[in-house]
Amino acid sequence: MNFDPRYSGRNFSSVGTRPVRPDGVDKVTGRARYGADFNMAGQLVGRILRSPHAHAVIKSIDTSKAEKLAGVKAVITAKDLPDLTDGDAAMYDILDNCMARKKALYDGHAVAAVAAIDARTARQALKLIEVDYEVLPHVTDVDEAAQHHAPLINDQVYTEGLEEKPAKPSNVTKRTQFGHGDVHKGFAEADFIVERSFKTEQTHQGYIEPHACVASVNPDGTAELWVCTQGHFVYRQHCAQLLGLEASKLRVTSSEIGGGFGGKTHVWAEPVALALSRKAGRPVKLVMTRDEVFRASGPTSATSIDVKIGARKDGTITAAEATLRYSCGPYAGSWAEIGAMTAFACYKLENVKTVGYEVLVNRPKTAAYRAPSAPMAAFAVESAVDELAKELGMDAVDFRIKNAAQEGTRSSYGPIYGPIGIGPTLEAVKSHPHMKAPLKANQGRGMACGFWFNFGGQTCTDLNIGMDGTVSLAVGTVDVGGSRASLSLVAAEELGIDYSNVKAIVADTSSLGYNDMTDGSRGTFSSSMATISAARNAIKILKDRAAQMWDIPVEDVTWEKGHAIAKGEKYGNLSPLSLKDIAAKSGTTGGPIAGHSELVADGAGVSFATHICDVEVDPETGSTRVIRYTVVQDAGKAVHPTYVEGQYQGGAAQGIGWALNEEYIYGKDGRLQNAGFLDYRIPVCSDLPMIDTQILEIPNPNHPYGVRGVGETSIVPPLAAIANAVSNAVGVRMTHIPMSPPRILAALEAEREG
Amino acid sequence: MVEVTLWGSLSAVAGGKAKHEIEAKDIRELFRKLAEQYPGIEPWIDRGIAVAIDGTIYRDTWSKELPEGAEIFLLPRLAGG
Repeated sequence: MNFDPRYSGRNFSSVGTRPVRPDGVDKVTGRARYGADFNMAGQLVGRILRSPHAHAVIKSIDTSKAEKLAGVKAVITAKDLPDLTDGDAAMYDILDNCMARKKALYDGHAVAAVAAIDARTARQALKLIEVDYEVLPHVTDVDEAAQHHAPLINDQVYTEGLEEKPAKPSNVTKRTQFGHGDVHKGFAEADFIVERSFKTEQTHQGYIEPHACVASVNPDGTAELWVCTQGHFVYRQHCAQLLGLEASKLRVTSSEIGGGFGGKTHVWAEPVALALSRKAGRPVKLVMTRDEVFRASGPTSATSIDVKIGARKDGTITAAEATLRYSCGPYAGSWAEIGAMTAFACYKLENVKTVGYEVLVNRPKTAAYRAPSAPMAAFAVESAVDELAKELGMDAVDFRIKNAAQEGTRSSYGPIYGPIGIGPTLEAVKSHPHMKAPLKANQGRGMACGFWFNFGGQTCTDLNIGMDGTVSLAVGTVDVGGSRASLSLVAAEELGIDYSNVKAIVADTSSLGYNDMTDGSRGTFSSSMATISAARNAIKILKDRAAQMWDIPVEDVTWEKGHAIAKGEKYGNLSPLSLKDIAAKSGTTGGPIAGHSELVADGAGVSFATHICDVEVDPETGSTRVIRYTVVQDAGKAVHPTYVEGQYQGGAAQGIGWALNEEYIYGKDGRLQNAGFLDYRIPVCSDLPMIDTQILEIPNPNHPYGVRGVGETSIVPPLAAIANAVSNAVGVRMTHIPMSPPRILAALEAEREG
Repeated sequence: MVEVTLWGSLSAVAGGKAKHEIEAKDIRELFRKLAEQYPGIEPWIDRGIAVAIDGTIYRDTWSKELPEGAEIFLLPRLAGG
């Protein structure tokens, strides 16, 4: 990578301003095209048949009656998606999740699919498919599944990460451990110890737009996929591998996205749509219903976490320990591992140990959800930290400040921190007016900290300068939160032109080099680095063209504020040439002017946030209302502050829903009971207060502008901040998320009964 | 020569040792030499290992040089949302 990513401490003209987003008008007028808004001539309607059983052997599938139904053009089962994964276990799991091969592993698991001329015919065809199941015992609870007598979901799974391979298979796929020091010694030095167990229920990202795609496979092996995704290049790789297509012949275009939050980071139904199109010889549109999104896309883990923290009388934490069990659905994952890494990341600890267990259950395949796994670990740890502060008689913020990690601290997951923002967020919270506002009866205040890694990845960008001097910026990271605006600001900043002269688009997979997907809070971090690099490459060409126009050596040309400058007294009579001047002459100075960049954007800066929350709890009904909420978070550099604030508010809003209402509820039959927004209640505007934000800017030394990721960290503290607020309001420590009214009433009753 | 620290689970397939002295100029050479010494690490490298150099995490830049005396820490390659 011939690009210096180091922070330069420059002053900004465009970056840090708040222009209107380029996709805004289309979105508010309904013109923006989402996954289900695209159509192809002659397209069919795809529908998927799903298992009604949580765990069952598929003995046989008879599709003959469905195939004979007039209007049905294709019926497929796992036989139409043969295993081409060549030993890649993770891809095999994705394939099996797209279409069950031997067993249905959860309620909603796909077992067959049809393509028909209309939705009615497709639904009728599904009813004509006969599946002979042998129903097996199932398990949906993470703690029950980890027991040795639990029904086995995969008898080939032997727990990894143990010193010796276990003699028997189990649902625990992996044990991981992090930490340093000696926790036994640390606890022996403690004057106070808090030890508690916590649970969090499974939640869905709750994106408003369901998964949707239109797939078209041609007889010559070329194919097109229009799809709602967080990463169309990754979807291309997955689909090409699973269907045996050449990646270069599969053109994937990402639609606008109505939310993803990690749930649209790998394929769910897209290979099915392509397989149906290949068999039918016509395009196929496949749109999940909300019921299918809940039952068969990828929610986050349910968890069970034990925490133990000890401190001396002076408030110094002497040891911290956590055991974390995370559900993975029926396929192996690394969700507890991430929880174990993030759990104590906010603190400076001499003795710390975390152990994670990945647990298979008969629920949908777990997917990433915004700072995956960190919110649940933070809930457990920050609840225990609050309780320990109370036992010590210390203010909750002061206790955290005393123990906060700093530059040079060895993190609980291993490496030593560079410049970080946990201390500044805590100091900002300590002096925030919110902390001093009076509370009324039945109200409580809580605060909590959160951490997320952030990361970068493979990134490719094209910057093309038109002959009129306007700039097209083609990026490959899907815009999930306003990145077209922020990347246009970066291009304008680097070129020295006005924001209104830059138009950013998300290019399809045939128009640009490979890009990793938009996850890990990397969209603006990575693509801004590539945009800066591309702009600098374009400036080299602009300087060369200016030198031609002046007939002077290019070494004598500099670039300042959007203009080529001939430096030196001998060129005193040469007026600067603007980008527009140079672009207008490009046809006769060497042709089109463009800058290209392909790089790996590594070195993302870790991110911290501290949240404050006030709640009011009705002691008669157990209903909780959030009455005030404040987010303080380090952004590194806020490229477009309005969208940074939007990310902070969005994370808090999702966290409020997770903390108070949202949960997957399974019946004894292993079937999901609340697969719809009426029964799975996410917050709406009237449930939320105005969420105040405060942006801190502690520059990331590994980005030219100091940018860190901002999208995920904001969902890490809310579960804990709200739990601490509710606990303070009702006088009982809340240990089970969501804190729904029945759960709060039960906790109050248990307290009364002693 | 750099000192490399492996996270708990990875050290289990590297002779049970968390700290290793390796002669490697960059991440690519580090992975190659670790795999030569401990073949059990190879599947882990295939699945993804991130390398923290003085606290900065690198996931894909295998050409990144390992400065003498730097703190090198191997971590799982993470998923994000």
